Amino acid sequence: MRRVRDEERLGELMRLLRPAPEAWVKAAQELPSARETIDEIVSRAEADLEFRAALVSDLETALGQAGYEPGERLLEALRQRLTQD
Amino acid sequence: MSALSTLTDAELVQRCRAGDPEAWNELVERFSRYVYAVCTRGFRLSESDADDVFQEVFARAYTHLGTLRDDSALRPWIAQLTRRLCIDAVSKSKREHPAAEPISDDLTHDLDEIEEAFAVREALATLPDACQDILDRFFAQDQSYRTISAELDLPSGTIASRIARCLGRLRSELEGNSSLDGRSRPAAESGE
Repeated sequence: MRRVRDEERLGELMRLLRPAPEAWVKAAQELPSARETIDEIVSRAEADLEFRAALVSDLETALGQAGYEPGERLLEALRQRLTQD
Repeated sequence: MSALSTLTDAELVQRCRAGDPEAWNELVERFSRYVYAVCTRGFRLSESDADDVFQEVFARAYTHLGTLRDDSALRPWIAQLTRRLCIDAVSKSKREHPAAEPISDDLTHDLDEIEEAFAVREALATLPDACQDILDRFFAQDQSYRTISAELDLPSGTIASRIARCLGRLRSELEGNSSLDGRSRPAAESGE
């Protein structure tokens, strides 16, 4: 790495690493709990055909009725999982 | 600053593997700016593509953390993962929009600068919290002297001198630290 001596240059380099949007960081931090939620919903759908049918028919409504908060990322991830399974 | 921010990358990986949610939060925090910069300043992805790549980088990191052979190699691993996913996003975008701009000729230069910036950020993380905070506010968050003064409850006349003093400490830190391959040293004493 080039040696950094110039304080002006240090300022330029610090400007390069600006904070990522808060929502992105939060979503990435919530990934482990989101995975757990998805696994839980998929397991429940496998055990309960009526619940699975409701999810396939209207994912958002079915999740809301089951007590989950149907955020955009959860919906997208679940659509992928339910299509795969 | 997080209580885990002084952990080395290897220690952080070990705690993430053990299922420590705070360690995962710190890992995301530590690399979020880097991944964001590679996506947006390096590969110049659209906001939407950058968001997708950003999430995918951390999703894959979370899934495959157990397969990392050398825990201290977290940073090059995330760097490689990010670049590969950015290249995929650019290729996909070109297939869908043939008129899309090609990857910039300056890509290598831009990515080198981001690496250099990350090394500076690692050095910054070893300074006292007060220095980290004021330098980050001024340079990375573009806050004015007035805003910094109000938010930190400091006399506005002292902001410039504090920034200069902290920059000097950062420069000394970098000059005394020719190898910045991963966070490996404990944080300096707290307070200025």
